[in-house]
Amino acid sequence: MRWGNVVKLLVIMVIILGGSFLVFNPLLSLIDLGLDLQGGVHVLMEAQDSPGHKVTSEDMKQLQAVMRERVDELGVSEPVIQRVGENRLVVELAGVKNPEEAVEIIGKTALLEFKTSDGKTILTGKDLKDAQARINSASGEPEINLQFDSAGAKVFADVTSRLAPLPEGDPQKRIAIYLDQKVLTAPEVKDTIPNGQAVISGGFQSFDEAANIAALLRGGSLPVETKIVEKRTVGPTLGSDSLEKSKQAVIIGLITIAMFMLVVYRLPGLIADITLVVFAILVLGGLVSIKAVLTLPGIAGLLLSVGMAADANIIIYERMKDELRNGKTLRAAVEAGFNRAFWTIFDSNLTTIIAAVVLFYLGTGSIRGFAITLIIGIVANMITAILLTRSLLRVTVNIPGLRNSKLYGV
Amino acid sequence: MEFVRRRKIWYILSLLIIIPGLISFALQGLNLGIDFKGGNLLDIEFSQVVTSSELRAATEELKVTAQIQAAGENEFILRTTELTEEQSKAFIKGLTDKFGQLKVHRNEKVSGTIGKELTMKAIYALAIASVLMIIYITFRFEFYFGIAAVLALLHDVFVTIGIFSLFRIEVDSAFVAALLTIIGYSINDTIVIFDRIRENLRHSKKEAIEDVVNASINQTLFRSIATVLTVIIGLVAILVFGGETTRVFALAMLVGTISGAYSSIFTASPLWIDLRKMAENKKRAHAATAK
Repeated sequence: MRWGNVVKLLVIMVIILGGSFLVFNPLLSLIDLGLDLQGGVHVLMEAQDSPGHKVTSEDMKQLQAVMRERVDELGVSEPVIQRVGENRLVVELAGVKNPEEAVEIIGKTALLEFKTSDGKTILTGKDLKDAQARINSASGEPEINLQFDSAGAKVFADVTSRLAPLPEGDPQKRIAIYLDQKVLTAPEVKDTIPNGQAVISGGFQSFDEAANIAALLRGGSLPVETKIVEKRTVGPTLGSDSLEKSKQAVIIGLITIAMFMLVVYRLPGLIADITLVVFAILVLGGLVSIKAVLTLPGIAGLLLSVGMAADANIIIYERMKDELRNGKTLRAAVEAGFNRAFWTIFDSNLTTIIAAVVLFYLGTGSIRGFAITLIIGIVANMITAILLTRSLLRVTVNIPGLRNSKLYGV
Repeated sequence: MEFVRRRKIWYILSLLIIIPGLISFALQGLNLGIDFKGGNLLDIEFSQVVTSSELRAATEELKVTAQIQAAGENEFILRTTELTEEQSKAFIKGLTDKFGQLKVHRNEKVSGTIGKELTMKAIYALAIASVLMIIYITFRFEFYFGIAAVLALLHDVFVTIGIFSLFRIEVDSAFVAALLTIIGYSINDTIVIFDRIRENLRHSKKEAIEDVVNASINQTLFRSIATVLTVIIGLVAILVFGGETTRVFALAMLVGTISGAYSSIFTASPLWIDLRKMAENKKRAHAATAK
């Protein structure tokens, strides 16, 4: 009986520590790293209203599809392409080797517009079915042949049938073709074009240039004009450097907090340290299970929640010490300490969770990551500090050799 | 230790930090980074030896207004006004032509409208979080505890903003996250003391309220100090080893945490006493006039 509790305590400790070391690295490898930790690109683009057209939800869907195609061209795994609010799109590419180049490809506008002389846009790239570059056999000049979809073809037929009868030389007879707000060419309409075929010619220096633009148009020209309102690129070296540095910060922070608990609270401090290991595993598991992305602020939130986890233990142990000083037996002091500390920990942590939840709902990107790690940290903290520390201490106070109150920091 | 009866001293100490900070904030505001103001930030490292003055001359030649900060050997952080993609590309190309190969570690652009949205969101977040916390504390404790706790957290927000304004430390979006974490942490710290006051009030009906509060602060004092130490240990670790990108966050948190510990001990509970007394006096005056 005497040794029963000692064996129990040892077995529990071995299971906790052994188990933790076994799952720690696999869990760590399952966590996705944010852009700031592995390098990458974050772009927030905004679709712009033009005088004749307000950005619609349909435009945004199309924009998203175009971006997906462009990103696929880059061969990035697990890209984030998400709509934010009414008219914004976030594109995030983690682990891109050359972030600057990626921005260039994503940000290429390739806005194709056909405008009549009064400046009205009749067709845009979204009406386009195909685009091919070729050399005009008559002139020897490079040109791009466009094929519109059926709706586009109909509009094109309507407009050309209206313009074709106008007298030659009338400026109204022209349809200007704009690429990225620049006039490529403004040919005169000689005949009605019923089948949705159009040609852009005269604007290209070489066949390659025409081929590139054709590819861009094929790959999806943008339905509306867009502007990059926010861009963040992190080079791979800075990413891995930040990862190394924050790892170091976490390890040093953890060791110092663990030492502090051990020195100040001795035996219960040791138990707190063991529960902190479990706490770390729970937080990692929580992050993995919600597929959270770990960012620099997230790591800061993590370290902060370790500090707060230690706080829960400190509240409990200070209570215990009070009870011991008041002359209670060790066993009674442990129970009273926990009972009294429970609501304190509950109230104080819940107010912090309220702040973190507000932060999550109003924040964006990495701030949300920070809020999530903080919330997970607090929940894990309540579980370990209240349930695990309690049961471990209950076993410990039943071991005769460990009942000296000096071991409890009094 | 006597905390409550010397509360005027503690209030004055707080005001000595808050007032200059708020004056500075009113006169010159915060040193806003590109996250708020809009603009570009470029972190580049040259393969060759480049001095700040050479780089400054080159940026002037390229007609880019930039604030240049050395960030390591041949590594610089440039803050410029908002550049378009083409301008930023041309700028990098111009630098490459002049100094040879370079590595772009970070290239950030934020437009001014995003910054305004961020500021508004931060203010909303602070207001919403404060109201929700007052509601929770009123529900779990009482209304005056809620008000005192929120006053204490505003104290910490003002101290942090004031110090960042006074020392012209540049703030980014992480600063907003830090401010909101500070209110979460500060309130956490205050609640622990309030919780003890609430408990002690239940047991002792005869003692003066000042004595009960003072005893409560003393009983939780070691815990307050120990906790702040563990959090500070974590923050100093981030500050020293975490690198450039988390520096503002860690610094703001550090200021806020220290202020939070101070306000929890020295101002929150005394404020609660004063609020309660004011309410009682009002009630008494009301009763007197009613007679």
